[in-house]
Order: sequence, then C-alpha cells, then structure tokens
Amino acid sequence: MRHFLYAAAALAAFAMPVSAETIAITGGRVVIGDGSAPIEGGTVVVRDGVVVAAGAGVSVPSGARRIDASGKWVTPGVFAGFTRLGLAEVDAVNGTNDKSGGRSGFSAAIDVAPAIDPFRSPFAVNRSAGVTRAVVAPEGAASIFAGQGAIADLGADSNPVTKARAFQFAEFGEDGADAVGGSRAGTHLHFRAMLREAQDYAAGRGTFDDDLLKAEDAKALLSVLRGETRLLIHVEGANDMLRLIELKRDFPSIKMVFVGVSEGWRVAPQLAQAGIPVIASALNDLPATFEMLGATQSNIGRMKDAGVQVAIGMINDRDSHQLRYTTQYAGNIVSLERVPGATGLTWDEAFAAISSVPADIMGVGDRLGSLKAGKAADVVVWDGDPLELSTAATTVIIDGVEQPLGNRQNRLRDRYARPTEGDLPKAYDR
Amino acid sequence: MAKFNALRSAYLVLPLALMACSNAEGPKTVSAAPVAKPLEKAPVPFPSTYKAYPGVATAIRNVTIYDGEGGKIENGVVFISGGKISSVGGPDTVIPSGTAVVDGAGKFVTPGIIDIHSHLGDYPTPSVEAHSDGNEATSPTTPEVWAEHSVWPQDPGFSRALTNGGITALQILPGSANLMGGRSVVLKNVYARTVQGMKFPGAPYGLKMACGENPKRVYGSKGRMPSTRMGNIAVNRQTWIKAQDYKKKRDSGKEYTRDLGLETLAGVLDGDISIQNHCYRADEMALVLDMAKEFGYKISTFHHAVESYKIADLLRDNGVCSAVWADWWGFKMEAYDAIPENAAILQNAGACVIIHSDDENQIQRLNQEAAKAQADGRRMGINISDAEVIKWLTYNPAKALGISDKTGSLKPGKMADLVLWNGNPLSVYTRPDKVWIDGALMFDASNPKIRPVSDFELGQPGEGDVK
Repeated sequence: MRHFLYAAAALAAFAMPVSAETIAITGGRVVIGDGSAPIEGGTVVVRDGVVVAAGAGVSVPSGARRIDASGKWVTPGVFAGFTRLGLAEVDAVNGTNDKSGGRSGFSAAIDVAPAIDPFRSPFAVNRSAGVTRAVVAPEGAASIFAGQGAIADLGADSNPVTKARAFQFAEFGEDGADAVGGSRAGTHLHFRAMLREAQDYAAGRGTFDDDLLKAEDAKALLSVLRGETRLLIHVEGANDMLRLIELKRDFPSIKMVFVGVSEGWRVAPQLAQAGIPVIASALNDLPATFEMLGATQSNIGRMKDAGVQVAIGMINDRDSHQLRYTTQYAGNIVSLERVPGATGLTWDEAFAAISSVPADIMGVGDRLGSLKAGKAADVVVWDGDPLELSTAATTVIIDGVEQPLGNRQNRLRDRYARPTEGDLPKAYDR
Repeated sequence: MAKFNALRSAYLVLPLALMACSNAEGPKTVSAAPVAKPLEKAPVPFPSTYKAYPGVATAIRNVTIYDGEGGKIENGVVFISGGKISSVGGPDTVIPSGTAVVDGAGKFVTPGIIDIHSHLGDYPTPSVEAHSDGNEATSPTTPEVWAEHSVWPQDPGFSRALTNGGITALQILPGSANLMGGRSVVLKNVYARTVQGMKFPGAPYGLKMACGENPKRVYGSKGRMPSTRMGNIAVNRQTWIKAQDYKKKRDSGKEYTRDLGLETLAGVLDGDISIQNHCYRADEMALVLDMAKEFGYKISTFHHAVESYKIADLLRDNGVCSAVWADWWGFKMEAYDAIPENAAILQNAGACVIIHSDDENQIQRLNQEAAKAQADGRRMGINISDAEVIKWLTYNPAKALGISDKTGSLKPGKMADLVLWNGNPLSVYTRPDKVWIDGALMFDASNPKIRPVSDFELGQPGEGDVK
C-alpha cells in the first residue's frame, strides 16, 4: 500500500506542476556551499522556489512548514559537474543510449536537451542520493565538436532542462585526434577551420567549401565564437592544455572550460593565468593513457592552490548512472589533507567544488549552487556528513519542491528483503 | 581511462580483443607434451619464486584491530616477527624487547585487503591495444590459457592498489569473453621482475567461467555458437563431458595424450582448481549450480552476481560466495536489477559476501565500497558490524581462494599481511598509513622511499608522486 501511494504520488508529480510552498528547515548544521564554514543550528527558509534566507538567527515565517533537521546536515543539492544524465537507461542497450549523435551528420548543432529523459531511472536513483542539478554533455564522435549540452535538474517532473544549449562540448587530446583523422595536428586545424566557417556563415559567405560544417553547426559555433556559449573541452595532457591556451589567444572571446584535466597540476600556473576554469576528474591517478602519465589525486588540490577555479566532474566515469559518487569523490579529496605529501581540499572547499563552483563555472552561479538568498531552492537534508560513506539524504528539495525519494532499486530491495517466496510468487509482492 | 574501462571484460568485453582475433576458428585446445605417463604427478610449471622481503619484528600498539574474522579489539597490540603474525591481543600483550614499536593511537589495523577479481597486469595501464591481454577471444572455451602468462609485472596499477587500497593479495582473472576463460593466478602485491616472482606460494589455481551476455555476444556476432544463453550452457556441458572422459583416461593407468585445456578442467573435477564464475542474473546462477552438480564440481564464487540477493538462500545452501560491487548498475542489461543492498541481503541470509573490484580504480578503495554496502544494509534494518564488514575484504576472499590458512586474518602463524590505516577504514577520510606483506614494510605514507614505482613510471612526469 505504501508503495502504491508512492507510485500514485509520483504520477501526480509528473502530471501537474506542484506549487512551491514555504518551508523552514531548522536546527541543522547548515552548509551554504560557497566555501564558508558550516553554521551550527542554522535555519533555511525557502519560499516560491527560492532561498529566502539561510544561516543563524533566521526567523521562521508564520505558516511555514517546518522540517526538523536537528542532528542533521543541510546543504545545497549536489551540482554534478559533468555527466551524461538522462541520456541512457542501459548503456549497452543501443535503443536507450542517446549519448552520441555522431552519426547524424551534424556536429556542433547537436542539442542534447530533447534527449534528456527524466523518466529514465538514473534520475530517481541520483535524486534520492542528493544530486539536484547536473551538467549534461553529449559524447563525441565524428567531429571534435560533439554538440550542445544542457544544465538539468533532477526534479520528479516532466521538465528536466534548466538551461538548454548551455555550452558546446569538444574533444581534444587522443579522443579529438581520433575523430579528425588521427593526429592532434588535425584537431587544431579543424578547430580553426570550423570557426572560420562559422564566421563566414555569419558574414553571409557560407560557401562551406571545406564541408566541415552544416549551416546548423555553423550557427551553433558562432555563439561559441562570440563568447555567448561556453566551450567545454575534454583535455587530459599537459601539452594539449598548453597548446589550447595558445589557441585561446587567437580566439580571445571564446570562454573555454577544461574538462578531465588529469595533468592540470603540471600547467596549473598557466591555467590560472589564462583564467580557464576546470571541471576535473577527482580520483584519476593512473597513466590510463599517455596523456595521463602525470595523473594524481592531488591534481585538484594543487590546481586550487595555484589559483585555478576547480569543480569536480566525472567525464567518462559512469557518468550516466553514478552521479551519486560525487560526494564520495569529494570526500576522498578531503582525505588527502591527512596524507603526507598529498594535496587535497578542505571540507568546505570540497563541498563548494560540488555545489557553487560548478554552477559558477557554468555561468549559472547567480541562480544555482548555494543557499544564498535568491538562489533556486535546491536543498538537501542529510543524516550525517554528506561526504561520508554512511550518510544518506533524508529530504531533497528542488526548486522549492520536496521530492519523492523512492526508485526502482528500492522496490527490488523491498521485494527481496526476504529472498524466499511467501504464499504467492514474488511477482505478486509489491 | 574510465571510458575505456567501461569496455573492460566484466562489462562488455574489450573491443580490441575482438579486433585482434582472426576469422579463423581458434583451436579448441592446444596439445602440449604429447604423451604423459599414467598417474604421473608432474611438477607445477612456472613455479612461484616469490620470496618474502626482510622485515623487522614490529609491534603496533594502542590501535583498534579488526582481525578479519569478525573480531574487534580496542586499544590492542599486533605483534609480527619472522614474517608471521606472532600475537594479537589487548593492551597487556607482551612486546618482546628489541621490537620496533609503532604507536597506533587513532589508527586501525586490518588484515591486508584481498581483491578476488582483478585484471591488473593482464589489462594494465596504459590501456593501449598492445596491452590488451585479458581475453583470448578466439574460442568460447579456452581453459588452456593461463592468466599469469599475460600479466605484465610492471603495471602501475599494482602500486596504486597497494598504497591507496591496502591490497596485499589479488586474483588475476582472464576476461569474460569466453565461457571458460582460462586459469587465474593469485599474486602477492609485491613488484617483481617476473610474474613468477609475484605468485602467491601454494595458492590453488582457479578457472574463470562466464555466463550471460558476454560469451553469447562475442561468439554470436561471429556467427558461431554460442549465440544464446541456451547455447552457453550447451557448449559448457559438451565441454564438461569431454573433461570427464579425459579424466577417466588419465586415471585409467594407461598412457594418454596430454591436453592443456582438459588438464585444467580435470583439475576442476578433481577439486584442485576452484571455479570463479562471472554471472549476473539469479536465474542463470541457479542453472550453473545445477550444471556443477551434473558434472560433480564445486563453484567457489559467483563474480559480479548483481542479482544474488534474489537467491540468497540458494547461495547459502550451496556454500557459494558472491563477489559483488557495492552499487554498480545499469551499464548492461544483465546489470539492470542491481541494488546497493545486495551484499547486506546476502549477509542477512547467511550467505558468503565478498566485495570485489574488477577495476583498477575501485581496487584502490574496496574499503569504501564495503562501507557503502554496509550503510545501505543498515538503512533497510540489516545491521552488520564493522568487524564483520572487514571480513568481506579479507577472510572471505582468502577462503574463496583457498588461502585462508595462510592469510586473510590476524591469527598467529599466518603471513604478516596487514594494513595500518590512519583512521577507521570504513570512513571516506581514511587512507593506508603503512602496509606490510609477509612482515616486510612495503608501503609507508611518511617515507617516499617505501613506495613502489614501476619501470613504466620511472623517468615519467609524476614519478614517485603521492598519486
């Protein structure tokens, strides 16, 4: 019966927008998410989908629904810095995998927004783990430009896209070279030639004699060229990053963000000087490829110390399903602070790297990523330290709406909590 | 990196391996020395040359101890000497004079962590095509191949597993492209110039088997059997019939022609070689259990086993372990019903649980994966003590590998394979502080010289870095 009610509630949530109520979360240890220290016994008030106030000495408006967070932690929802959320149900089942549009004939024009399916199970599973927003990128294929990604919310409703066409995604390094003929020389040539074609298109000289771009691709790249759309570039190796920094000098208006960045620590001063933020894989520490020879878990801490703006992402690392690893990864980076010779982040910095910093890097920090007044009310109550392995989210609020926390995995768990059959086959047990 | 890993054996089978194989049918088995004398006990080829490195008698005191068999001692003492565990006890435990003493205040000791499912060395990093040595994907049954002949002892992954994961022993398995993928090898996690120098002395061999999607996809896509799950079982059964026949000939007292593959399968039927069976779905595990009964062999462990929770009673009754991840799910159809409570439900039913990695990254934090599985159990009302959870990473895999008389718990006389953690090993904030293998200090977080650097990493960016 409980499950039936849950299912009915979920259906209702999908059927109609739920009006955001006024909620006061009291008594918890409040983390704002901007890198500041947690506030003991703080209050978070949300109304009409936004944060009204968060911190100590915040008064509870009359009529607000109270959630008692005594002994718990209250934080902004996790902002997953790089994912393929909603683009696959089962990775190896092609019909459910919409990550790459490389065979469509288009490249930069590809827009993942309509492919992000909030009814796919990774939404519910990761929502119940406290992930509330995600950067969703296409996978590369036939071009260095993979297409346009989105910012998504994990709300249990039918509108997953917070911001469509929020960025363009490109592959450099080994993957990029592979896409354009086998050499890194080709990636640079393609980059320049495609942007020139975009300029030609803008000038009405769309001859497209190189046949690299279709008109739709050129349109999409034009906004990158003009700095209206961020360019997220997957790059791992130190030399590839240095050459991209040089390339940026020729295209100063392009807003580059590097993703992956396993060898970032080797060129951290240059990254800082170029003002290029990064969405880094947290725990790469093996020379998985020759462009990752210098990979170390201290990468993030070292870049941060050098003045680079660093968020945590998980490119190509179970990035369609396991966004819930984000808190574990952040916790691991904190653990490095106690390892001799290693460089990590403080707890406060680490939490910012999975909340406000990715929002800032993606240009949506004015609306998302922390519990500052006026931000979208993405709030999570946890039964302990959110970066600790034993902790779970107990309340998840997205845009001011309290979310259902059930998912398909819970249903299987409940059916098989006692593995043997009862009076009827398991198929009747729900 | 991880994108590439997603095509590793457990998942989908490495595509490179498929590209590498010709259209020609591979030989079913390879004949070796043609004639063997009846009932001859041949010496084991490629014998272990592993030698414990010198250690000093050491006592860790004032430390929290998980002994690996479910026991916990607060403010305890672990004393090791001569490469063995000498004594484990409370604060009054006698520490002989001349013993190096390590203060363990705020720290924890566990047995060395054991990963029962690794491809380090046979799918090493860098993950280049030239290193793709884990799947002999040219025939659905290749019991004649031995994983140790693919292991590259210079894989940098061994060092990460040691320094970040506290791994002291691990089973290297062939991949899962084949129904019978070949012999496994158990290694001490100690770098050596040769794989023989890493082989765990006296560890029994295992045979890697695989059911489900991988074999039927790999061979079905080549237009040959098996292309279905029923084909999987049929090919297995036909092969076991041949193995029974071979064993009969071998045991008949007459001369017979040796066959490497059948020799391994006969070793399984003899009970000398354990079955390490990659299998995801509950219904398939049940079929495989019956197949084992038909031919009279025993399955040690189902690997991956994401649906074990559906048949926890069956697995308990058959005495089969499940080597599982904490929460991997959704990457392929047969992993669709995976749930994070798998380990806890198994434990609750009295079945054997092992946390495994099948991954060069997660092998560095099996302790964390166990902690997640424990917490997921607690939330559904299954309370499993920390000490019992440590067993999932130590004694249980040792038992499933047939080496629990030598390692896997802190019992006097066993190999001094142990990890000193800088906090509770079930916390995300904890890392190994020191690791001993056979009583020799092989990792010390405070001493950059006690940290292995493989040949591959020498002279490269980040050589000897903390990683």
